[in-house]
Amino acid sequence: MHLSSDDLVFWEYGWVKLNLTIITTWLLMVVMGGGSWLLTRKLSNAIHIPRWQHVLEVVVLGIKSQIEEVGLAQSRRYLPFIGTLFLFVVVANLAAIIPGYEPPTGSLSTSTALAICVFIAVPLFGIREIGVLGYLKSYLHPTPVMLPFNIVSEISRTLALAIRLFGNIMSGGMIIAILLTITPFFFPVVMHALHLLTGMVQAYIFSILATVYIAAATRGEGA
Amino acid sequence: MLIDWFTVAAQVVNFLILMWLLKRFLYQPVLDAIDAREERLVKQMQAAQDAQSAAAAERNKYERLNTELAQQQAGLLAQATAEVEATRLQLLEAARNETANLRSQWQDALLKEQQNLTQGIANRTRQEVFAITRKTLADLADTGLEARMVAVFISRLQTLGMAEKVQLSPPAGQTDCQVLIRSAFLLPPNEQKALGQAVRNLLPIQPTIHFELEPDLLSGIELISNGHKLEWSIAEYLAALEASIGELIRTALNPSPQPLSLKGRGAEENDPPVPPRPLRERGLGGEGVFDHV
Repeated sequence: MHLSSDDLVFWEYGWVKLNLTIITTWLLMVVMGGGSWLLTRKLSNAIHIPRWQHVLEVVVLGIKSQIEEVGLAQSRRYLPFIGTLFLFVVVANLAAIIPGYEPPTGSLSTSTALAICVFIAVPLFGIREIGVLGYLKSYLHPTPVMLPFNIVSEISRTLALAIRLFGNIMSGGMIIAILLTITPFFFPVVMHALHLLTGMVQAYIFSILATVYIAAATRGEGA
Repeated sequence: MLIDWFTVAAQVVNFLILMWLLKRFLYQPVLDAIDAREERLVKQMQAAQDAQSAAAAERNKYERLNTELAQQQAGLLAQATAEVEATRLQLLEAARNETANLRSQWQDALLKEQQNLTQGIANRTRQEVFAITRKTLADLADTGLEARMVAVFISRLQTLGMAEKVQLSPPAGQTDCQVLIRSAFLLPPNEQKALGQAVRNLLPIQPTIHFELEPDLLSGIELISNGHKLEWSIAEYLAALEASIGELIRTALNPSPQPLSLKGRGAEENDPPVPPRPLRERGLGGEGVFDHV
């Protein structure tokens, strides 16, 4: 039993290797990118639109409204980053309903990669909004004494993002696998449903925390 | 180790690629479609509001036109009513005037016809009276009417008062005196001679006497001298007769209803008018009239 999908390596050359995490991620990218391309080829701007277009609009506008509710007025600027975080985690977690599927988010490498993206994106968006000095001043907020704490907080929250997502998804998969060996019929189904719900919640938590961090950075309020 | 840093790097790259893919094929197209639809809705709403405003303006315009039309209609109706009323009054006045003129003409014609009828009756009566008188005198008294009238006229001349004689006489110092004797019938020479002699005896100077035949004198004799006229005829009787006949005709033409009265004989105000006295009651005796000419 693999603790992480990183351990299942299909091809390896030196330090370059193709493991299950990367392959699954590529498959998800193909499905999400190709599906988006197929669905948005014939978008209608008429009064009456197809139902699938309604679904797409509900998803996009829902993410956009969540960003605005957190406090980011220029929601279109942050929609690709935060929306992709949410949709990738959601699709990766919900795909767990497919038998034999190993979610890439259950890999600490993937969650770390997403956390690093957030860790890099937050100062970038902050500097873009309020400038370098303005962003650096946010580490002195509310007093310069808080500088080391803010730095530690910046690092720790990134670790927390990575560990939280990894822990929840990995533990869910582990519990289902263990239950399948103990009580193979009823309880694994319930736990699987609970795992899907946990995956949705974790996607929401991950993206909303990233949004909060970006919002704090763009306002100069520090970490 | 749980973290494979190559996988981390690969996942970072994968995430960035996925972000670009979704931005290119999901977020941007969907947001563009939403924006296009919102813009289209805004345009349609604006067009609808413009159309509504135009419709409201048109409605207000037609309501104003309807109000003006109603006012004009009321004004024209009032004007037409006033003109009709004025025309009616004018036509009524014209009809009243026409009726009054016709009534006046009818009354004039009726009066004229009445006068003609009265005159005709009087003439016929005069002719009949003279014919009867003449025949009666001829049959019963063996004498003529004209002769008796001349005799009576001479007798009256002889019995004239002093004042009447003075009035018929010319002023003192005047040597010429013209006397005109007019009669309704031709006087025979004997009567002319007797009448001339009576006039000469009446006046202080010898007058020049002329005789004229005047049928309108109603079988009478007129003597005109010194601007005074002495008439001796039955004109007075005939005038009374004409008055009686005229009153009779007027009564027949305009019968005035007499209301029934429960009063006794003492109600003099309701008594019928006294009819004119008949000719026979006045007698056949002549009556002299002395008048200035």
